[in-house]
Amino acid sequence: MAQEAELGSDRAVLVRFRIGQSGWAMVGVAPFLVFALMFLVLPTMYLIVGAFRDGEGNFTLNNLGDLFQPSIRSAYWISIKVSVASAIGGAVIGFFLAYAGVMGSLPNWIRPTLMTFCGVASNFAGLPLAFAFLATLGRTGLVTALLIKYFDFNIYSTGFNLLSFWGLALTYLYFQIPLMVLILAPALDGLKREWREASAILGANSFHYWRYVALPILWPSLLGTTILLFANAFGAIATAYGLTGSSLNIVTILLYAQIRGDVLHNQNLGYALALGMILITGLSNAVYIWLRGRSERWLR
Amino acid sequence: MKQSRFGAWLAIAIGTVYFVLPLIATFEFSLRLRRGEYSFDAYAIVLGDPRFQESFLYSTIQAVATIIVGALLVVPTAYFIRLRLPRLRPIVEFITLLPLVIPAIVIVFGYLRLYNSSSWLPLTATTRTSDLLLTFSYVVLALPYMYRAVDTGLRAIDVRTLTEAAENLGAGWTTIMFKVIFPNVKVAILSGAFLTFAIVIGEFTMASLLDRPAFGPYLQLIGANRAYEPSALAIIAFIVTWACMGLINLFGRTPAMAKR
Amino acid sequence: MAFLEIKNLRKAYGANNVVENFDLAVQQGEFVSFLGPSGCGKTTTLRMVAGFETPTAGNILINGKDVTNLRPNQRNVGMVFQAYALFPNMTVEENVAFGLKVAKRPADEIKSRVAEMLALIKLPQMGARYPYQLSGGQQQRVALARALAIKPQVLLLDEPLSALDAKIRVSLREEIRHVQRSLGITTIYVTHDQEEALSMSDRIVVMSEGRMEQVGAPFEIYNYPRTRFVASFVGTLNILRGKVVDGATGRIEIDGQQISAAKAIPDAQPGQIRSVALRPEAVTLRNGAAGSANQMRGAIEEVHFLGAVVRIRVRFKEHAISLDTFNNPSAPPPPRGEPVTVQFGREDLLVLEAGESA
Repeated sequence: MAQEAELGSDRAVLVRFRIGQSGWAMVGVAPFLVFALMFLVLPTMYLIVGAFRDGEGNFTLNNLGDLFQPSIRSAYWISIKVSVASAIGGAVIGFFLAYAGVMGSLPNWIRPTLMTFCGVASNFAGLPLAFAFLATLGRTGLVTALLIKYFDFNIYSTGFNLLSFWGLALTYLYFQIPLMVLILAPALDGLKREWREASAILGANSFHYWRYVALPILWPSLLGTTILLFANAFGAIATAYGLTGSSLNIVTILLYAQIRGDVLHNQNLGYALALGMILITGLSNAVYIWLRGRSERWLR
Repeated sequence: MKQSRFGAWLAIAIGTVYFVLPLIATFEFSLRLRRGEYSFDAYAIVLGDPRFQESFLYSTIQAVATIIVGALLVVPTAYFIRLRLPRLRPIVEFITLLPLVIPAIVIVFGYLRLYNSSSWLPLTATTRTSDLLLTFSYVVLALPYMYRAVDTGLRAIDVRTLTEAAENLGAGWTTIMFKVIFPNVKVAILSGAFLTFAIVIGEFTMASLLDRPAFGPYLQLIGANRAYEPSALAIIAFIVTWACMGLINLFGRTPAMAKR
Repeated sequence: MAFLEIKNLRKAYGANNVVENFDLAVQQGEFVSFLGPSGCGKTTTLRMVAGFETPTAGNILINGKDVTNLRPNQRNVGMVFQAYALFPNMTVEENVAFGLKVAKRPADEIKSRVAEMLALIKLPQMGARYPYQLSGGQQQRVALARALAIKPQVLLLDEPLSALDAKIRVSLREEIRHVQRSLGITTIYVTHDQEEALSMSDRIVVMSEGRMEQVGAPFEIYNYPRTRFVASFVGTLNILRGKVVDGATGRIEIDGQQISAAKAIPDAQPGQIRSVALRPEAVTLRNGAAGSANQMRGAIEEVHFLGAVVRIRVRFKEHAISLDTFNNPSAPPPPRGEPVTVQFGREDLLVLEAGESA
């Protein structure tokens, strides 16, 4: 019929129009892709490839093997320990804080205040954070002094030192906890009130509810975000540098020293160091994304 | 339910102590410069220090440059992906995730190897090009946040209909981009901009390794050599971060959104 | 003694009474609906029976036991929610078994009970599915099975069908009633849909603004509404304002035409304005002598062809009446503008209580 033919030819014109448009769209997107290639993908690839090369440019796995030498291995190990400690600490404390803010039946102004503060605090990392903790728990810090003055308790006498593994983990919590709260709050919102009520009317108490309903639903988010926190801490350097200078041997500081002055006396080993970092943070983020996908499936 | 409220208050109280105490301690520490009494001397020294002013200015200019370059890259991309190239979306979103995965130190390490004086694009050769490289590295850092902000902003306005209306009225794509799209995502860009500003001002690793006189390296220098001034700087940095976040919240509430 | 007794229930938020003067005695096995518009307090009352809200005053007794201060998990009451509220991380079987598992019933008892419940809701093959794999109607049936699995004393349903498509709603409400009858479980059903309430209930409680307007069987509520609110909320209704001519003979004037009610109008002074109600199905287009019936002359304003029913609006001067007549293939409805006379019996004219404003 005439109408159909008309629609058909209109559609053909539209199709041609769209292809032409897509061509222009590619031009519009090109600068971004070129930029990403030049300043994100290529530099990273260069390092990854370089990790498998030796000084003359031949393929080798020696660099990866050299990563297991004692000083580097201990650097990775300390980095992992600090990241795990601050991730778990941040996750647990962040969970309770998020729960309190979202579901604690507190006054209405608590939640927005909490969220705003967490937004600020999660960005308050790096050197200023290090300075702040030095002023708090350093040898001449306020809390240290107050504890000596009022409780006759010198935390440094117990072997605590801010400029150490535990001090760094404690400092990292300052941005890890807010990050957990920010990511977890929407997930907690997804816990519908009806589920709590349904479980109650079926005879369950709080324990049953958490064990059978809430935690099973939340665990992908909880675990995933903890892993994200781990990756976040692993890649951090400025805070550690501001706190301990280069005295604490963690991977990022080691890499920093290597970039500045080739302390490893082997360029390619430096690339391997970077590769190790990429693998750890990359794997962590992949697991996080997979877990996030799983949790979204249920909370549709 | 009463028990949970006590527990909730307890959690909030502990959280407040942990987060507020360092700020109080830092502020108190920064007032201790003059022996025996509290004073703002540390602040006076810091604010009067020409290196403070220079490095803060440098970082501010870098932040503005980052925002401009970032917006010019992100807005057309987000627009075309949304409108014409939905199949490229996963790739682009993956790219915007990379800066969150690859640590900043690794990225700048790559720059130093790939673009040093003996490479095909010697961006580290002169100070001007080094500045440019630093800007690009900041754009990479800010990319995830800028893209998400703009993409969300584009989703809120009906891009397709706006474009078709504009084309209907005879506009070419530059007109559409700069007269129709950009103004409507201004708010989204602004919120991404304040976050970028906060990131750039506080950034240390990239500026230090590229050897540029930014605020981050200045902080590190003061921290290594002075006792009380670092605390003053920390307070100043915290105030700046607060201001940025506050402005994000302020601009986040456009009249249109307030109606919702 | 009634199985479920709600005595003088009141719920206030600050100075605002959301529910007040609520008294109801429900017999064992009875199906009672709470019917009313949003905000009338029906859901709040239901939630007080469930234990999710604490009454400000009053008592709730189930089988003689005062449960007013008991927590929800201590009352042995079943509830079906509007949003299904199935646990998304559990299969259908696990959802239905949940209450039994919490009560630490032995595994084989749980298994057989779950199978029994799934057969009852006619979804025996769906045990291993997850809620997100089910349609809305199927999810609600599973929610019903889950509530019934623990053999509750009372079953509460909070607008369970309002999230579903119209066709599914009709079939599902029959199924719910069938299940309820076969189990003989005392049930309270909250809805704003009067068709649901009318078709399913043994008795209906019509509520408005926190108060009970009328309690009674569907037939009684529909045909003998006591207040204007009940009359207008249940079924469509024509409401006219007329001037009393003679209270004793029940004569009223509307738009210059006089009609009569079957009985005398109590407390009526000549000249007083009273509201009268008329069901659309009670009105017909005149076809013959009037006899004792009322007649009014007007013109066709609008004809709505609804399929089986044809709804015609006839306009007088200020008022218009809707009348419903069955579709007749051999007699198409009259055209707009045509002058007609409508007819209705005296007993069909309901005079509403004084003080009911228009």
